[in-house]
Amino acid sequence: MRAPLPILPVAADTLVEIEDVEFSYDVRPILKGIRMRFPRGKVVAIMGGSGSGKTTILRLIGGQLKPTKGRITVAGDDVHKLGHAQLFRLRRKMGMLFQFGALFTDYSTFENVAFPLREHTALPESIIRDLVLMKLNAVGLRGAADLKPAELSGGMARRVALARAIALDPMLIMYDEPFTGLDPISLGVIANLIRRLTDALGATSILVTHDVEGSFKIVDYVYFVSAGRIVAEGTPEEMRASREPYVHQFIHGESDGPVPFHYPAPAIAQDLGLERHT
Amino acid sequence: MVGHKCVNGVWRLGSATRFSWYLLARSGASFRRLQLTLDEIYFTGVLSLIIIIVSGLFVGLVLGLQGYETLKRYGSAEALGALVALALVRELGPVVAALLFASRAGSAITAKIGIMKSTEQLSAMEMMAVDPFARVMGPIFWGGVFSMPLLAAIFSAMGVFGGYLIGVVVIGVDSGAFWSQMQANVDLREDVLNGVIKSVVFGVAVTLIALFEGYDAPGTAEGVSYAVTRTVVTSALAILALDFILTSFMFTGV
Repeated sequence: MRAPLPILPVAADTLVEIEDVEFSYDVRPILKGIRMRFPRGKVVAIMGGSGSGKTTILRLIGGQLKPTKGRITVAGDDVHKLGHAQLFRLRRKMGMLFQFGALFTDYSTFENVAFPLREHTALPESIIRDLVLMKLNAVGLRGAADLKPAELSGGMARRVALARAIALDPMLIMYDEPFTGLDPISLGVIANLIRRLTDALGATSILVTHDVEGSFKIVDYVYFVSAGRIVAEGTPEEMRASREPYVHQFIHGESDGPVPFHYPAPAIAQDLGLERHT
Repeated sequence: MVGHKCVNGVWRLGSATRFSWYLLARSGASFRRLQLTLDEIYFTGVLSLIIIIVSGLFVGLVLGLQGYETLKRYGSAEALGALVALALVRELGPVVAALLFASRAGSAITAKIGIMKSTEQLSAMEMMAVDPFARVMGPIFWGGVFSMPLLAAIFSAMGVFGGYLIGVVVIGVDSGAFWSQMQANVDLREDVLNGVIKSVVFGVAVTLIALFEGYDAPGTAEGVSYAVTRTVVTSALAILALDFILTSFMFTGV
């Protein structure tokens, strides 16, 4: 019988770790004391309302923003201690899907997917062609290779952007609001692709979204962020059963709760002049 | 209020300077991958050709007409060739071509970069470990700097041709006198080279302004359109101010 494998330290199965991160634009605090772990091979969602700082977390992981406090490690590297060249080397192992795809409008679908390959490899044209067509096939758009981004629908553009994000077989894929503005069919297609591609590539996915239905079907773990803090975390089942008022309001789409319907204002009677202010 | 505006202005000037240094420091790829720069020469230079050629021709026609009317009074109509050529090579060629370049190519550059920024294309490039300064903005800058003197030269050549058309073909100034006066009075170093230097300086100024305005634009449709306006206005002012400074150094009347 073979000896049992040594038990690996926790860090080994964690791809991304966020430790006590704070971030503010100028003086406006966006994130306060965020701690998150993203295990390898999992799809993890960061959920929260608009302006809760979700997207900021992705930009911090990608090294596009610098935290005011705390540390973020990706595959053991402290992202914000890396030099320009090292950071760019790390980013080659990351793929990011932007909210509306962010395809290069001057290039065809094919050239968009070929872009990272052309920039980072010296592969001959015939191999680049095969790779691009394989990636496009994986998202079901091999037939759209010659179309320009302007000719694609919103869902198709996002699938092309997904093919581009996985062109270099990244270990980490980040999605910024991938479901925004999609019809239910496209939404289901994208959600399934996220799960399938993550599993096929053995990658890790971080999904920033506010879409409960679309994401709960495919994610392994959820972090709820509100006003820059984590208010709840757990598996989708745990979240559905959660009694945390914010999570309850969010999942059920209730208009009033911890997030009030009314923007702070003086009492309406006073504003309308029905009541004399003394 | 005034203080805030001043501080803001100085702040922008500072970030524009940092932007320019960063751009220059990452220009290596513009030369290592010459095809990128050639594409941008097409985008900024070739696409500006029509407006440059047509405007150059008309400016030359007007110069020929006005110049002839004035010179005739002093009985020196055959100096028309020299007048047209000097006016174009020294001043009108570089300045008017640069103004047209700012409104045709400069505005296009600002719109392109502004849209790339607002649709997160620049961000996406960064996340793909490709530096947008090296990959996109460097080639645009060098393409613009290379195109500008050529456009100014084409503008001047078309202007001289326009002057010839009006002066010699239509009015009947002696063709030999027209060309020989031009040849005798236009100095290669004093006039032509100084004109080229001017157009290079204008090319640098216009492309830098256009790139910076695009990069600095807020990511909304309104922000990009405002940035395009700023590019054209700021470029025009910069061209005319720089022209005065350069002229006062170059043509001191000695």
